[in-house]
Amino acid sequence: MIKIEKRDDAPMALYFFTPFIAIILTILGGGIIFYILGFNPIEALKFYFITPISNLYGLSELLLKATPLCLIAIGLSFCFKSNNWNIGAEGQLTFGAIVGGGVALLFYNQEGFYILPLVILAGAIGGMIFALIPAILKTYFNTNEILVSLMLVYVSKLLLDYLVVGPWSNPEGFNFPETRQFSDSSRMPLLFEGLRIHAGIFLALAAVMLSWFTLYKTYLGFQIKVSGLSLKTAKYAGFKGKTMILFVFMISGACAGLAGVGEITGPIGQLHRMISPDYGFTAIIVAFLGRLNPFGIIFASLVVALTYLGAETAQIFLQIPKYTGQVFQGMILFFLLASDYLLFFKVKILNLKKNELRH
Amino acid sequence: MSLDISFIGILIGSIMASSVPLILAASGELITERSGVLNLGVEGMMIIGAISGFALMVITDNLFIAIVGSMLSGVIISLIFGFLTQSLLTNHVATGLALTIFGIGLSAMLGKNFVGIPGKEFPILFSSLKESIPFFGPILFGHSIVLYFAFALPFLTNYFLKKTKLGLVVRAVGDSPVSASNQGINVILVRYCCILYGGAMCGLAGAYLSLIYTPQWIENMTAGRGWIALALVVFATWSPIKVLIGALIFGGITILQLHMQAIGFRIPVQFLSALPYLMTIIVLVVISRDSRKIKLNTPTSLGRIFYKEK
Repeated sequence: MIKIEKRDDAPMALYFFTPFIAIILTILGGGIIFYILGFNPIEALKFYFITPISNLYGLSELLLKATPLCLIAIGLSFCFKSNNWNIGAEGQLTFGAIVGGGVALLFYNQEGFYILPLVILAGAIGGMIFALIPAILKTYFNTNEILVSLMLVYVSKLLLDYLVVGPWSNPEGFNFPETRQFSDSSRMPLLFEGLRIHAGIFLALAAVMLSWFTLYKTYLGFQIKVSGLSLKTAKYAGFKGKTMILFVFMISGACAGLAGVGEITGPIGQLHRMISPDYGFTAIIVAFLGRLNPFGIIFASLVVALTYLGAETAQIFLQIPKYTGQVFQGMILFFLLASDYLLFFKVKILNLKKNELRH
Repeated sequence: MSLDISFIGILIGSIMASSVPLILAASGELITERSGVLNLGVEGMMIIGAISGFALMVITDNLFIAIVGSMLSGVIISLIFGFLTQSLLTNHVATGLALTIFGIGLSAMLGKNFVGIPGKEFPILFSSLKESIPFFGPILFGHSIVLYFAFALPFLTNYFLKKTKLGLVVRAVGDSPVSASNQGINVILVRYCCILYGGAMCGLAGAYLSLIYTPQWIENMTAGRGWIALALVVFATWSPIKVLIGALIFGGITILQLHMQAIGFRIPVQFLSALPYLMTIIVLVVISRDSRKIKLNTPTSLGRIFYKEK
């Protein structure tokens, strides 16, 4: 007989163990989907999860994709920990890339050591400003931040589209929807010859360390966590709720803006329509899978980056559409949320003896 | 291009057609939200409805099966959301997002072999009247049955919520699940039903796109309409009749944008495309400022997890 009991307190070990259960279930689920689609599941999964990272170039690509995911998820962890549902990171990434890219375009024919820091700073500020819109509307007009941040994603993408087609399009570009190439001084330095991995990864690592310090070692981090657990307690303790909402959104927007700038100054080198394969949305999965913990997020960003990479590899070798990546990403989140059930409830298998049943 | 009266009639007719998927999806989501459940998976359910409707049409060559099948597929995919949020008590926002990401991916996989296949002509009703009556002809006649259903749906939804006992049950569950539960209402069951109904309507909205509005399968063809539908529910402050009005406004902007392009209007098309999103934000600000206004219809327990100790 199975009995389900509510838990008072979930063991910490289980809290960090369930993500692994979710990943294993996702791989199994993926195998089943491949089987249904008529592929050899073992072979397909091998192309998906092993082939992409079996050489140096693949590993560099993995880190390249994990960098923006990790950065954005770190920012989102501030919002989610304090119960602010910023789901518009994709928009903040795009707007950050627009502002940063605009600065890079100003210096398109110049070189100088000061250019890249300016571009990066502009990107972070751009993302921050864009995230402030839902934050200000939430604090002063009581507006739902989920919907506002989401609507702004589309607004920013349309703005980018307008700019690369219209005023910022490359004058020598034969009307392609793209801007000029940035000058070398606006590009992230590459870490290794022949690989695309760039210095942006240090931004992500710095964000991890800074967020760990802020969340776990400062009074501010304590305030953020308390208001996430109970808004009433936070009010009772006299925390400044409004300032904090603005703060977590600014952090989150700045991180997303940095991720956007990292993409355009790193692998892309100009602005065009497709600067992000929905990193801003996928980073929400990363934040959850990493349990909103900075080091958990590093791990989660590598796992989710592999779903992007695996989807590309599987498309090349097996002609499986690259959208399988999204199927895997959705499944990870489904299984993760489902396995959270184990955190709140104890499933007990009772071993009843025969005579007990009779009574 | 002349702006004569018959042209305006045709214009209104095309605005109505473009607002149908918004009305269907938003009306479905409205019932779901009224029961206290926030499902952000609208876009995912719509796109699944679009591909299953189109695929079934190609395979069975039967439009009726295609339409019913698209609704069923919406029900099946929303069952994932229902099971997670209601039985496993997961967070509504995260689960809904997962549903959208999953749905877009799955639809592209399922639709791989259906890209480029031409659609079938969907039968329209009263096509002779459409031509013979100026102005009113193209507005009232010559549409598919799904359009007529969509325009009746907000009124039916309004009647259901306000005048029927079941509607009262749905509202009670959304406003105060604890007291509803104490009255002997099975809160979880009611919410399951509302989620599945929302799934069916989103599936139908998707099928309208792939079978009637632009009869073909294109990857990601819902193109953000699911998110607009979600915004529309808030825009309408959870009132079915206002959903209809809002859908016509948003549909109107889409059509206007096409015509302005055609006559060479000098506003960049991207700004017009951004209008529905910006308008939703403005309306959100206006209604949210006055908390009494929004509270009138807002389901009090929206997005909150209900758990009954057994």
